[in-house]
Amino acid sequence: MAVERTNTLRSLHPLAWWGWAIGIGIAVSGTTNPLLLALVALAMVVVVLARRSAAPWARSVRAYLVLAAFVIASRMFFQILIGAQTGEIVLFALPELPLPAWAAGIRLGGPVTAEALTATVYDGLRLAVMLLCIGAANSLASPRQALRSVPAALYEASVAVVVALNVAPQLIESGQRVRRARRLRGDANGGLRALGPIALSVLADAIDRSMSLAAGMEARGFARTSGPPANGALAVMLASAMAATLGGFLLLSTDLGLAAGALLVLGLIGTGWGLRRAGRRLAVTRYRPLAWTGRDTLVLSTGLLAAALVLIGAQDALSPGLAALLQPEVFFPSTDPLVWPQLSLAALLVVAAVLAPLPLTRPIRSRVPDAARTDVRIRSLRPQAEVARP
Amino acid sequence: MITFEQVSFGYPDAVRPVLDRASFEVAEGDLCLVIGPTGSGKSTLLGAINGLVPHFTGGTLAGRVLVDGRDTAHFRPRDLAEVVGYVGQDPVRGFVTDTVTEEVAYGMEQLGIDPVAMRKRVEETLDLLGIAELRNRALIELSGGQQQRVAIAAVLAARPEVLVLDEPTSALDPTAAADVLAAITTLVHEVGLTVVLAEHRLERVMHAADSMLWLPGDGQVVAGAPAEVLARANITPPLAALARTLGWERVPLSVREARRRALAEGLLPSPPPLAPKPVGDPALVATGIEVRYGELVAVNKVDLRLHRGSVTTLLGRNGSGKSSLLWALQGALSRAGEVSVDGLDPHTLSPAQARRVVTLVPQTAADLLYLPSVGAECDLADRDSAVPPGTTAALLARLGVLVEPERDPRDLSEGQQLSLVLAIQLSAAPPVLLLDEPTRGLDYQAKAELAAIISSLAADGMAVLVSTHDVEFAATIGERTLLMADGELIADADTASLLTSSIAYAPQMAKVFAPAAVLTPADVARWLA
Repeated sequence: MAVERTNTLRSLHPLAWWGWAIGIGIAVSGTTNPLLLALVALAMVVVVLARRSAAPWARSVRAYLVLAAFVIASRMFFQILIGAQTGEIVLFALPELPLPAWAAGIRLGGPVTAEALTATVYDGLRLAVMLLCIGAANSLASPRQALRSVPAALYEASVAVVVALNVAPQLIESGQRVRRARRLRGDANGGLRALGPIALSVLADAIDRSMSLAAGMEARGFARTSGPPANGALAVMLASAMAATLGGFLLLSTDLGLAAGALLVLGLIGTGWGLRRAGRRLAVTRYRPLAWTGRDTLVLSTGLLAAALVLIGAQDALSPGLAALLQPEVFFPSTDPLVWPQLSLAALLVVAAVLAPLPLTRPIRSRVPDAARTDVRIRSLRPQAEVARP
Repeated sequence: MITFEQVSFGYPDAVRPVLDRASFEVAEGDLCLVIGPTGSGKSTLLGAINGLVPHFTGGTLAGRVLVDGRDTAHFRPRDLAEVVGYVGQDPVRGFVTDTVTEEVAYGMEQLGIDPVAMRKRVEETLDLLGIAELRNRALIELSGGQQQRVAIAAVLAARPEVLVLDEPTSALDPTAAADVLAAITTLVHEVGLTVVLAEHRLERVMHAADSMLWLPGDGQVVAGAPAEVLARANITPPLAALARTLGWERVPLSVREARRRALAEGLLPSPPPLAPKPVGDPALVATGIEVRYGELVAVNKVDLRLHRGSVTTLLGRNGSGKSSLLWALQGALSRAGEVSVDGLDPHTLSPAQARRVVTLVPQTAADLLYLPSVGAECDLADRDSAVPPGTTAALLARLGVLVEPERDPRDLSEGQQLSLVLAIQLSAAPPVLLLDEPTRGLDYQAKAELAAIISSLAADGMAVLVSTHDVEFAATIGERTLLMADGELIADADTASLLTSSIAYAPQMAKVFAPAAVLTPADVARWLA
């Protein structure tokens, strides 16, 4: 029977967004070239701004940007204060604190060199851009939407994860509420003494909420269609998963290429079969299941391509032809001596992979009136039950 | 449709059972209203209909509960999902997904309904409840009334024959409550659904009820026609109180019925024209109060004076800025503008000093309670307020709550918890008291007691400001009423003229005897002579 599938709510399958972003993240982890990192970050922000929806989770990218800036700033701070200084170009010198003999090797203050500082910035930048990739995935597709697409056999596990995802923001909200309420009682000295009572109230609240949620799910028929587990499916699945892991391990660490590859493929097939088989005992159906289209494959592969470019470039023994093509040294510009970072064809390809979703997808037109948008933030600030106006 | 046969339910270590040999039937297609004081077992009775009691809650249930011929002893709640749709007290807590359509589809996914049929049903259900335009919105962004309608839609999509609702309008302002009730009555009249509904604010729903179950509080269940049950029940919505005042044996169920009868009998109370009352000195003077959350202005340039010895009520929609204003006046929220209580600005004081100047009892009063016993809470309040030991306990007794000091505050009823928080806050003897939505979850008895407490506090010279959605409660307590909309104070007048001139906020007595400016059954009794 034809199942109607939809593309109205999203421009891409959530798993495609996550796969693409993780691919870029892996690529980023393999380079410290600041030019490349800055271009990737910029491209990432452009894609997010152009392709995110109006949903509340789509606004998380700003938080990740702040976090990324914090990562860079804190690394620089500690590098300047206590980091080991290499190189010769001294930018400035802090007064150095004399430390006792037993702390030899630790330095507090003193001269700060351009080489050490640059290396720190490069490294911090790499971490920050990796964070940004996760933030982008979060903004482009809610993790819960992604969980909706897991195989049926993992359905119960995915529901558990969704419920757990619910609990975190609720805990924060009740924590804020209880803290404010304590202020009303004049008990604002906070600190450790306040922690116990707050934790108690928040925990009681969380348990209450979870019980209401569980009652609601029970009343709506959760888990009623699950029959007894399928015979043997679990055993096949476990064995296959182990075979696949072993195959992958052998492939990466030994030269048993063919045998390892075969083991990996067989393992994956077995796992897939097991999941399918186990999924059948659950008669749940999916509302407007998300379709995986050619476009999803394309976007996902651009992410994987970016990862592959950087990972292959990082291999020690490259054939001369490949090395000339990828120019692996571009990914790790030297900081001692300081040289101006360069860009290569491979680096530009990575940036192109980040921008690939722009031509491959359409923007989501918002149907949410502007007035409704600010309300989530307010709910968390406002005394609890004063909710958004219609 | 629903049959209870000699149903008893209780927890093993409880003193008395929650339900005691209850037998009744709810006919198919009825809107059945469950009434009773707080703690009388309304929620237990509702839970027993779909088997959450005792399958989910524990406890022992004797007797038989049959729903559409199925015995809940043999069917788990999940197996009854397509027979009984159950919406708990706080719909937000029962939401499993992110967006409106996903939530509506969730129940059907569990039942394994074919995706094509599911798609069609989702659309139909959205239309039925008038929430089609919300389809892609995130659930947490919706207003309370919208959330309640989504929760109803979510259980309706599974096509149950019975809909069970536990206090669907208790958190809503009058307009949102009317929306939800309109949706429910449509379901009863157009779809033929059987609806069982528990509610404290009877005046909102009793006109639509076909039958009534009264739980007096001793485990009994009294079933009957609404007018008959109300004539006997210890639950007195304004129209029942009016019937008692006027000696009518039949309780009118709607304003229309009461008005026709009053007109037929030529009853028209004639209250004397309003005389301006002498006002006390201002206890709190606020000018230009402004509260912002990012770009949104929650409170916009509000000027306000509260006078000693007076009670002021604050009305307004959900989200109109009432709570934000109260929190700003207490000083717990940063704001622009000036607040002065005897020359002190509570925002610049330490929290401990601020509560001696202005004290606030928030909407979720229980948040202030965190110690293991009532006695410990009272002792801490004595120390915090630097008053002689026993002061708070004495205040609590004065508020009419006599409980053993060893009791856990979390086990008290909502009314008792509110009184305990009130006693704790009053121990600091502040000149200004702010109450945010205090009637939530209170029955008529508890509301009447609260009204008496508020009056006596004002008589002692305190300035009291009460924000509420409950117009009947507002009608009983305050001489002065403020109306807020969109962050601004749009009206400030004496209660009688403000409430009687409004459609949305007119109490039932004002509607029955319009144009006479009467607000409560007590007013009617006073001015009818």
